[in-house]
Amino acid sequence: MTTSASLDRTEAEAKAKDGAPDRPAGPPSSPVLDVHDVTVAYHRKPVLWDVDLTIDRPCLAGIVGPNGAGKSTLIKAILGLVPKASGSVRVFGKPVGAQRRLIGYVPQRESVDWDFPVTVLDVVLMGTYGRLGWFRRPGRAERSWSMECLERVGMAHLADRQIGQLSGGQQQRTFLARALAQRAEVYFMDEPMAGVDAATEAAIFALLRDLKTSGKTVFVVHHDLRTVPEYFDYTILLNMRLIAHGPTATTFSPENLRKAYGGRLAILEAAGEAVRARERSE
Amino acid sequence: MLTYNTLIVLLGTGLLGANAGLVGSYAVLRRRSLTGDALAHAALPGLCLAFLAVGQRSLPAMLAGALLSGVAGVAVISGLIRATRVKEDAAIGIVLSVFFGAGIVLSRVIQNAPGLGNKAGLDSYILGKTAGIIRQDVLLIGGVSAVSLVLIALAYKEFKLTVFDPGFARVQGWPVFWLDLMLMGLIALAVVFGLPMVGVVLMAALLILPGAAARFWTDRLGPMLALASAFGLVTGLAGTAISAHSAGMPAGPIIVLVGSGVFLVSVLSAPRRGVLGRALSAWRFRRELQERKLLRLLFDRAEADRPALRPIDRSAILQGPSGPPRRLAKALDRLIARGDVVEPSGPGGPIVLSDTGMERARAVARGYRLWERFLIEYPEQASAMADLSRESVAEVLPPDVVRELEEALRKSGQWPEDGTGGRSS
Repeated sequence: MTTSASLDRTEAEAKAKDGAPDRPAGPPSSPVLDVHDVTVAYHRKPVLWDVDLTIDRPCLAGIVGPNGAGKSTLIKAILGLVPKASGSVRVFGKPVGAQRRLIGYVPQRESVDWDFPVTVLDVVLMGTYGRLGWFRRPGRAERSWSMECLERVGMAHLADRQIGQLSGGQQQRTFLARALAQRAEVYFMDEPMAGVDAATEAAIFALLRDLKTSGKTVFVVHHDLRTVPEYFDYTILLNMRLIAHGPTATTFSPENLRKAYGGRLAILEAAGEAVRARERSE
Repeated sequence: MLTYNTLIVLLGTGLLGANAGLVGSYAVLRRRSLTGDALAHAALPGLCLAFLAVGQRSLPAMLAGALLSGVAGVAVISGLIRATRVKEDAAIGIVLSVFFGAGIVLSRVIQNAPGLGNKAGLDSYILGKTAGIIRQDVLLIGGVSAVSLVLIALAYKEFKLTVFDPGFARVQGWPVFWLDLMLMGLIALAVVFGLPMVGVVLMAALLILPGAAARFWTDRLGPMLALASAFGLVTGLAGTAISAHSAGMPAGPIIVLVGSGVFLVSVLSAPRRGVLGRALSAWRFRRELQERKLLRLLFDRAEADRPALRPIDRSAILQGPSGPPRRLAKALDRLIARGDVVEPSGPGGPIVLSDTGMERARAVARGYRLWERFLIEYPEQASAMADLSRESVAEVLPPDVVRELEEALRKSGQWPEDGTGGRSS
């Protein structure tokens, strides 16, 4: 297992913890993410077919496609949470297992038991566990850093609440704060805007832009076609196969959408509207 | 009087209970309660086989046999789930009954076999018996409890994360499989060592009850573990003491009944999560809603009568299809008792808001109108945001939305201004 190696602490890492951001490991020219020939199947039914995807530079990428297109599965396959029938994934030129420190993750909200006996701050602190390594408990530094992360998502005043007492949007923000606490370079977010209120959605979007400005890469599984051009500068269109990927301006086109969604009119109209709105604003 | 023997027995059962409570909390949180039950039942054939192999009742040998067949049972469960389409509950049910059935048959075989040593001890593993615990057993039990305590104290955050969000833990690089296996191992040890005391049939209850009871008292993991251990300790001690004093009573059922008592008390009387506490707070909330409604009605009235603040007849506010609504009338009595509403011309006469009452009424009216406005402006978010239990919208809505709603209310003249209806003095 490569996992234990990534948890070992060294002097340099200890320094990094005190504020200096990690530089991505690997040769400087290596792409942020390199997905090569990935196929995933559940009970022999393919969910993802031969996905090849290279992201060279930091971007805000929306992963878009119809229901059951394998959007979440793609993220989980990249992160090693579901077994790949074939293919390989590299982050900054190295296998994911060697780059855990650079990866932030926001799972789907339904993936955990919200009745679990922990507070909001406890959950955010979990983001610092990876850097702490084995057996070391989070201390004052981790606590104040986690509070800072909560501040950034507008949740600092709820730090002591048990997580079951939060609204859906607040739960989602808690997960985002935990991902921020990881101090990652590449973030993977599984439907962070599903079932949240507009204020949370706006807060998430503001955060995404912040992350991009500071040179991070964010992959977001997204379900609302209307907001794709506004939110993301890079689009990954998926429907079991990779339909298209590239800058949103060129990739998010009616032709590509038709390839992904078939001829379903309502969806295409909504998307067309979004495209027109973007053209008008340019 | 405590004899040395009684002391040993109490020490053993107390430790067992505390340990079962500690690791059982994780079983409860990880939704593995039934796995613990299957493990206990699946331990029986291993116990019997070890007895047959050794030829007499030897605790270490029998516990080793129990551990092996218990773990084998759990392995069969996870194998069934992975390799076939059998779902978890069915797999647990199958393994539990098959292993237990085999165990009962084996125990009869032993009973009927001539020339074997003391067989009397074997039945006690089915329903539990504490009298046989000796010093050596206590040392063993103490060792197991110490291992659990040290591991959980050391890897506290690792276990916490693994149980709460295994996916996230894996992405962060933790060996979730091994951590989970270690927890399962601790659970298996707790179960197996509890067998002589509680017996295979009821062991799961000792594992589950303390943790489930502790969850009612706290919303934090650390205190929950401590409390569950304490509950386990008390359950073990009290159960043992009671069963020792009543001849012929198997320890398992008594201990489980004591544990159920602790659980029942928790379910009923825990302050926030308990049934009584919740009923009480629901009752308070209903009263509070009535008071808020009344204050709002009085405020609307005062606003309409602006600038004067005239006392009004009770019946103007307390109107219902069948006479004055009883709950609202009671709420009025409470407001009068509190001094928020006064009766200038004596009890039963016209009523009017006092200065403090006006203050509260204005706050209530503001909150209500902000909510109302919010539902009009953002109907699609009603379900995500609307929360009647909060008096102030500011707790739920972001500040810019609150400002925007307030502005809209001001424009339409519906914002309860500070001076509104102030009592003419």
